[in-house]
Amino acid sequence: MRVPLSWLREYVDLPAGETGRDVAARLVRAGLEVETVEQLGTDIKGPLVVGEVLSIEELPGFKKPIRHCFVNVGAANGTGEPQEIVCGATNFQVGDKVVVILPGGVLPGPFPISARQTYGHTSAGMICSARELGMGDDHNGIIVLPPEYEAGTDAIELLQLVDEVLDIAVTPDRGYCLSMRGVAREAAAAYGLPLADPALLDVPPANSYGYLVKVADPVGCDRFVARTVTGVNPGAQSPIWLQRRLQKSGIRPISLAVDITNYVMLEVGQPLHAYDRERVDGPIQVRRAAEGETLTTLDGVKRKLSAEDLLICDNSGPIGLAGVMGGATTEILEPVTDPETGVVTGTTEIIVEAAHFEPVAIARSAKRHKLPSEASKRFERGVDPEAARAAAQRAVDLLVLIAGGTAEAGVTDIAAPRPVRTIAIDAGLPDRVAGAEYGRETVTRRLQEVGCSVVGADVLEVTPPSWRPDLTDPYDLVEEVVRLEGYDNVPARMPVVPPGRGLSEAQRFHRRVGVALAGAGYVEINAYPFVGEAAFDGLGLDADDARRRTVKLVNPLNDAEPALRTTLLPGLLGALRRNVGRGNTDLALFETGTVFLPKAEPKVAPRLPVDRRPTEEQLAELNAALPDQPRRVAVALTGERLPSGWWGKGAPSGWADAIEAARTVAAAAGVELTVRQAQYAPWHPGRCAELLVGEVVVGHAGELHPRVVKALHLPERTSAMELDLDLVFEDGRRVSGPPVSAYPVATQDVALIVDAGVHAADVESALREGAGELLESLRLFDVFTGEQAGAGRKSLAYTLRFRAADRTLTADEASAARESAVAVAAERTGAVLRGA
Amino acid sequence: MSAPNKSYDPVEVEALKPEVVEQARDEAIAAFAAAADLDELKQAKVAHTGDRSPLSLANREIGALPPQAKAAAGKLIGQARGAVNQALAKRQTELEAERDARVLVEEAVDVTLPYGRVPRGARHPLTTLAERIEDTFVAMGYQVASGPEVEAEWLNFDALNLHADHPARSMQDTFFVEAPDGTADSGMVLRTQTSPVQIRAMLAGEPPLYAVSPGRVYRTDELDATHTPVFRQVEAIAVDEGLTFGHLKGTIEVLVEKLIGGGLELRWRPSYFPFTEPSAEIDLQCFVCRGASVGNPDRPCRTCSSEGWIELGGCGVVNPRVLVAAGIDPNRYSGFAFGLGLERILMNRHNVADMRDMVEGDVRFTLPFGMEI
Repeated sequence: MRVPLSWLREYVDLPAGETGRDVAARLVRAGLEVETVEQLGTDIKGPLVVGEVLSIEELPGFKKPIRHCFVNVGAANGTGEPQEIVCGATNFQVGDKVVVILPGGVLPGPFPISARQTYGHTSAGMICSARELGMGDDHNGIIVLPPEYEAGTDAIELLQLVDEVLDIAVTPDRGYCLSMRGVAREAAAAYGLPLADPALLDVPPANSYGYLVKVADPVGCDRFVARTVTGVNPGAQSPIWLQRRLQKSGIRPISLAVDITNYVMLEVGQPLHAYDRERVDGPIQVRRAAEGETLTTLDGVKRKLSAEDLLICDNSGPIGLAGVMGGATTEILEPVTDPETGVVTGTTEIIVEAAHFEPVAIARSAKRHKLPSEASKRFERGVDPEAARAAAQRAVDLLVLIAGGTAEAGVTDIAAPRPVRTIAIDAGLPDRVAGAEYGRETVTRRLQEVGCSVVGADVLEVTPPSWRPDLTDPYDLVEEVVRLEGYDNVPARMPVVPPGRGLSEAQRFHRRVGVALAGAGYVEINAYPFVGEAAFDGLGLDADDARRRTVKLVNPLNDAEPALRTTLLPGLLGALRRNVGRGNTDLALFETGTVFLPKAEPKVAPRLPVDRRPTEEQLAELNAALPDQPRRVAVALTGERLPSGWWGKGAPSGWADAIEAARTVAAAAGVELTVRQAQYAPWHPGRCAELLVGEVVVGHAGELHPRVVKALHLPERTSAMELDLDLVFEDGRRVSGPPVSAYPVATQDVALIVDAGVHAADVESALREGAGELLESLRLFDVFTGEQAGAGRKSLAYTLRFRAADRTLTADEASAARESAVAVAAERTGAVLRGA
Repeated sequence: MSAPNKSYDPVEVEALKPEVVEQARDEAIAAFAAAADLDELKQAKVAHTGDRSPLSLANREIGALPPQAKAAAGKLIGQARGAVNQALAKRQTELEAERDARVLVEEAVDVTLPYGRVPRGARHPLTTLAERIEDTFVAMGYQVASGPEVEAEWLNFDALNLHADHPARSMQDTFFVEAPDGTADSGMVLRTQTSPVQIRAMLAGEPPLYAVSPGRVYRTDELDATHTPVFRQVEAIAVDEGLTFGHLKGTIEVLVEKLIGGGLELRWRPSYFPFTEPSAEIDLQCFVCRGASVGNPDRPCRTCSSEGWIELGGCGVVNPRVLVAAGIDPNRYSGFAFGLGLERILMNRHNVADMRDMVEGDVRFTLPFGMEI
């Protein structure tokens, strides 16, 4: 809602020096979201005056029409002589009144105006268009004023160019503030000043000879006021003041009848509709649509209607989508001027509709037809049903005043009975909710200020005003009292919170994972979870891969990415590629986040009641419908893991780093990770590890498949890891401190030759088992293949450290343990001692 | 070597003559002093204190002396050897110090050499910012709660007093999850706010409840410098006997002081959220210009766009209807809740001009934030 300050002052006698910003600050504290305060006309400097076109000479030979004019600007130019001006617009004639800026003036831009030579003539000033004056986006050439203004009159004041406009974002509960009347009411309360209510008009009572209206659906339409005006001059135009108020409010002036309905809507908040009576066939009817009915709305679009749509009809069928948009067949005609006679023809008889529709019906229609209009916006949020008669009266008055019409005596007013809503509120409730001391008197006074009638003492019986359908509960009234008393004035204090339990073990674990990976050189990213088939194709997933079963969105941002991720890799690899593209070549990235795994049999989550706690069964059903959303961690690496430098050679990142990242995560969880050779997309079939905790597969790691690397435009040998944090996490884990022996260590090295296909992990577990309890640690310190190892064989060299808890080991004991270790390795893996 | 001899005259033993002993002593001391390095000192040591040195040899003669002469000779040699050893030790210390000084100079390196051998990582600032806020609340006694991102509409809307046709539902541009029949009637959405976690926390147990819940939320905004369809909120809820709007204010004041700093004014603007009443938007006085940029085109402020205030988030007293839906007796308990947008706090607290930087995952953006924020 755009509120010109000059217009607001018409209803509230604000202090003279009060600026737009001052008013905005007061309204903000009362709960209106004033987004901006626009300063109009501060960039215009006169002289800007009314001019009368005395002569026009068309200058031929230029690419566009150019006119050389003499314009009478009265005494404004100091001489009283006609002003010579060259002009590129053609929508004016000799004798027209126009707006002229004289040398020395400045137009918004800033464009300083001075006398200059152009097209072979002197141009001492400029004839202005609305756009050049910052009045609106109208492209229809220069402004031609009504003839009654004297040449030389100051046009800055005439066109009300200087003003301030408050742009207010109205929240859904404050529909009444989508009007000058509503904003003025708030301003009056904020300043403690009286309100001149524009809806307080003398309205003749309803009678039986108004235009015939039949309301078939009194629930959808509980009020319908119709008035008629005849003898309207079809050529009448909106006066400057009206046009300017509309422009400042962000509404383009169109024609007098439409301008008046818009103006009254802005003023009192009641959307109106004007029909050409001669185009309406018989009585107006209000009913729901029949399935399949159609209506061509004012915007020229033919719309298929649904049985829920509320319609305005005549004998010919639908003539308007109630509360949303009128139909084309009955709209006010564009005036047409006969070029011979100058006679203007058009609509001369107008029916003004001021109705009240059910908010939900209008909201649904506007949504269904994707047609949010100024009218629907207001009906959705609740229009004052008691303002309908006044609004219609105001429109009639303006048509009579401006268009020379005659108000017909018939007044149609169909009103469904409206129950009186009263709210009982404990007078102490506002104090208790706010934690302040207002007292009953203040509570009563504030409620009266917003328009409520209040009776009672300890318990107040409050009847909210007709324009506040949002006030239904005691807490709604509490909010009114507290906001008007000022949120800033509520004393702040701290609650006494019972002792807390701190972070849960899982929460601590999630933090540890991030710290551990960042400590290991990984940088965290947060990718969007939106994916499409292309992402899965790029990963080389089989057609029946479970990860292709996704949770889908009905309205994705990008139609190519309608699904939610089932793996973190697409987003992570996308971030990797973006970094590489920006020249960050050595990368180790990680992300933690949820993936979305649809249920085997997707269900609908029930819509439960809100008037009581749902049962455990209902909640279980609701939760069972949600997709599984486990928390994952993933890493991706490319480039150098350890950079080369003056200290020596670095090392490229690779499959081993990806697996090590999984070990880092497992260490943060305090669990043992088992690594097994596996084949799993999108990894390289020979360089992929399956990660297990116990017997549970928790994830995969390794180098990506070369085809995937190519398809996703990643650097060669990009590696990645992904695992499920929920599966890795064990609650209640507690480390037992190990005994630490102070006896000396006995170190023994063994080099074993095994088949190239034997896994180091198997050799290691055999060695450990064979070495027995004396083994303190075991470390693989060398792996090599080649001639010395033999064809198809590899050598694994280990250091075994033995130690006893209670004595110094003898050389024989250590050797015996070593031999036992080798024996088990030999038996299990076919390992042979090198050199043996 | 002579044997003990009663008629032996000690004076007759040449090596034990005082002047000979003194000479040997002086020569030793001189030799040590003359040693230019530790090697020469070692040679001098062997020569003057070794088994074959004059003083050692002289010492051996003492055994052959008559008992009455032994003490004097022993004293003579002992004193001489003491002086020699002292001189040796002194010179040893001197030369070692000289050597150390020389070697350490030779071993000096350029400690300004860059050493990026172990690359550093970093956590995302939105993650660590959320943790900082969590920690503030945990210190107050709150628990940290979480909930799913694909959420039941009932929890995201209905239970929060946003019924199906509520105008506020269209305020939040919601991603709807596809139902098995291909329509939007799955009853599920990508949560538009962290508020459903409130309901989950209230359903989980009886008050008192004090919980904070950070998390990702979704709205159908296109990504630009100030919007992202996927963003983060931190929500806090308190339900207890006797909680008021004043308690809400006090709690937020503490949070702001911990998070941004003290001495800044807060502005409480009445606003509208279906799940709270009274509801407020919280504005923080711009901590850069402190309002000096308002209406002052000569001193524009980028942080607050010359508005003087920075929007922190929304808050309010929990609407009793929400308590009822969660099975909490509104006549006994009351509560407050508030939600903050983390991206905006990060932008303001850390001068981030473009929200896209938080989304794209460029390591150059994230690295400077390190492990904590």
